[in-house]
Amino acid sequence: MAVLRPGARLRSVTCSTEVVVVRAGGEVDLRCGGQPMVDVSALAATAGEPAPGFDGGTQIGKRYGDEETGVEVLCTKAGSGSISLGDVVLNVQGAKPLPSSD
Amino acid sequence: MILEMAADGLAERVAIGPLDGGISFAELGRRSRRAASVLGELPGEHVVLIDENSLAVPIGLFGAAIAGKPFVPVNYRLADDRLGAIVTKVAPAVVICGQGVPDRISGIEGLEVMERHDFLARTDDEALEERDGWGCDPDAVAVLLFTSGTTGDPKAAVLRHRNLASYVVSTVDFGAAEPSECAIVTVPPYHVAAVASVLSNTYGGRRVVQLETFDPERWVRTVRAEQVTNAMVVPTMLGRILDVVETDRLGLPSLRALSYGGGPMPVAVVERTLRVLPHVDLVNAYGLTETSSTIALLGPEDHRNAVASRDPEVRARLGSVGRVLPGIELSIRELDGTAVPTGTRGEIWVRGEQVSGEYVGSTVTDDEGWFHTRDAGHLDESGFLFVHGRLDDVIVRGGENLSPGEIEEVLVSHEGVESAAVVGIPDQEWGERVVAAVVPLPGASLSEEELRQHVLARLRSARTPERIKIVNELPFNENGKLLRRVLREELAADFAF
Repeated sequence: MAVLRPGARLRSVTCSTEVVVVRAGGEVDLRCGGQPMVDVSALAATAGEPAPGFDGGTQIGKRYGDEETGVEVLCTKAGSGSISLGDVVLNVQGAKPLPSSD
Repeated sequence: MILEMAADGLAERVAIGPLDGGISFAELGRRSRRAASVLGELPGEHVVLIDENSLAVPIGLFGAAIAGKPFVPVNYRLADDRLGAIVTKVAPAVVICGQGVPDRISGIEGLEVMERHDFLARTDDEALEERDGWGCDPDAVAVLLFTSGTTGDPKAAVLRHRNLASYVVSTVDFGAAEPSECAIVTVPPYHVAAVASVLSNTYGGRRVVQLETFDPERWVRTVRAEQVTNAMVVPTMLGRILDVVETDRLGLPSLRALSYGGGPMPVAVVERTLRVLPHVDLVNAYGLTETSSTIALLGPEDHRNAVASRDPEVRARLGSVGRVLPGIELSIRELDGTAVPTGTRGEIWVRGEQVSGEYVGSTVTDDEGWFHTRDAGHLDESGFLFVHGRLDDVIVRGGENLSPGEIEEVLVSHEGVESAAVVGIPDQEWGERVVAAVVPLPGASLSEEELRQHVLARLRSARTPERIKIVNELPFNENGKLLRRVLREELAADFAF
C-alpha cells in the first residue's frame, strides 16, 4: 500500500508498462501484471511474466482508474500486464471526446 | 512526457510539414532530444525564442523542457527598447532568433545568441547526444509568456509542466487524430494558443503545417494545398479569411473544424462563417494565458442549435463561450467575493490543475486556489458562459457601470458597420462619458447621428455613445486584441471640449 503523488512515474516489474499518476486517491495497492508497481527509477529486479488473469495488457495513452478510491493513472508506455488495485483489474476510463480548440 | 509518448506510440506518422517530406513524431523526438543537449550545455537559465513560426518552435519548446530550462517565446515585433527590456529580464539565456534579431539585442549581457537555421542544423546532427526525453519535474517552470500588456508593463505569466500536462491530458485523447487530419498553425509562437497547439497536436497525433506569419491569401492557399482539416484563428483573421473565400468562391472543402478565440468574436462574423462554410464545425474557445489556454468551449452542436432555435435564450448562446471544460471549476463573483445568482454579471473566477494564476515573482490565486480573471461575465440557466470583456474596461458613468461589449454588439448589429469599439473618456460632470469608434463596411456610408439613433432605440440613453467617430480601422495588436488604451487616448483628444 502506498499513497501516490500526482505526476509520479511508476513502472511495472513484470512487463514494459509505465504510468504517470493523474489522480492520487489515497492509500492504494497499485499493481501491474499482479505485482506492485515501483518508481520508474527503482533498480528492483524484474519479476518474471504477468500473472494469469493480470495479463490483458496496457495501451499507451489510455487512462486506468477506479471510481471508489478516485485513483487514476495514464499509461505512458504499453506492456503485456494489466493494471490492478490489489486483485481488482482497472478498466480503461471512457474517453470524453471534446472538440479540438487548438 | 507528451513528446516521448508521441515519439514512441505514433512513431512514423508525420508530425510537422507536408505529408511527403514532413518530419515524423519519432524524428521530432530525436531532434528535440538533441536540441536538449545543445540548450543544456550552453550557459543561460532560459531558452528565449524571438522569431516567427518554424520547426524551431516545437523543437525549441520540447528541447528546453528536456533540458530543464523554461521556454520563453517573445514577440519579435516589439519595438527595440521593449524587446530589450524583456530579454534583459530573462538573461542569462540562450536566444534562438530570426534574421536581423541579433543586432537588436547585441548590447545585452549574458546571452548566447543562435540564429534559427543554425539551431535547426545542429539538431539535425546525428553525432549529437540525445538526452533522456522524458522531461523534468512536473513542478518546474515549462513556459514563461509575457502577457501582451494592453495596459502598462509586460508581466511574465508562469506555466508549469503540471499545468500544461493537465490541460493536454484532460482535453485530448492520445493518438486519436485520424491519419488524414492536419492542423494549420498561424498564431505567433509567443501566444499561449501556439504553445497549446504544439502540445495538443503532438499528443493527439495530428499533423501540423505552419505559416511563418498570418496572411489570408496564403492561409487559404495552404489549407487547400495541404488538405488542412483543422484550424485555429483569432477574430481579426477570420473576417479576412472569409473575404478571400467569398471572393474566389472555391470554398475550403478539406476543412472540417475551425476554432476561434483570443478575443470577443462579433456574432455577425460567426453567422457569416456558418453561411460561407456551412460544412465546417465551429468551436469557440475561451481561455487566458494564465489558465494554460482553453477553459470553456462552445462546440459545433451548440453553434447549430443556437442558429436553428427560435428560443431567444438558445439563440443568444452564439454569443457565449460555451461550457467550462471538465476539470475546471468556475464561479461568478461580486467584487467583494460573494457568488452572484445565475444570470447576474460579475467577475469570472476559475480554479483547476491547468490554472497557473502565477506571474514571475507573484502568485495571484487566492487561499482557496481561485484565479480572479479580471474578466466580466455571467452564466445562463444551462451553464453557458458569456464574457463581457475586461473589468478594467468597464465604463463608470455617473456611478453606473456600463459594459463596452454590450454597446459594441448593438453598434455592429447595424447593417453598415464592420466593427466598433466603445470606451470611456474622462468627463468632469459624469466621471466618464461613453464614446465610440466605428469602422464602416466597404461601400457603406454612415452618419454619427444615424448610429446614435440606432443605439438609442435599443439601449437606454446612458448607454448611447455621446460621440461616435467613423474610422478606417481600429487599433489592434497583432493577436487581434483591441488596444483600448490607445483608442481611449485618441478619442479623448478628438472629443475634448
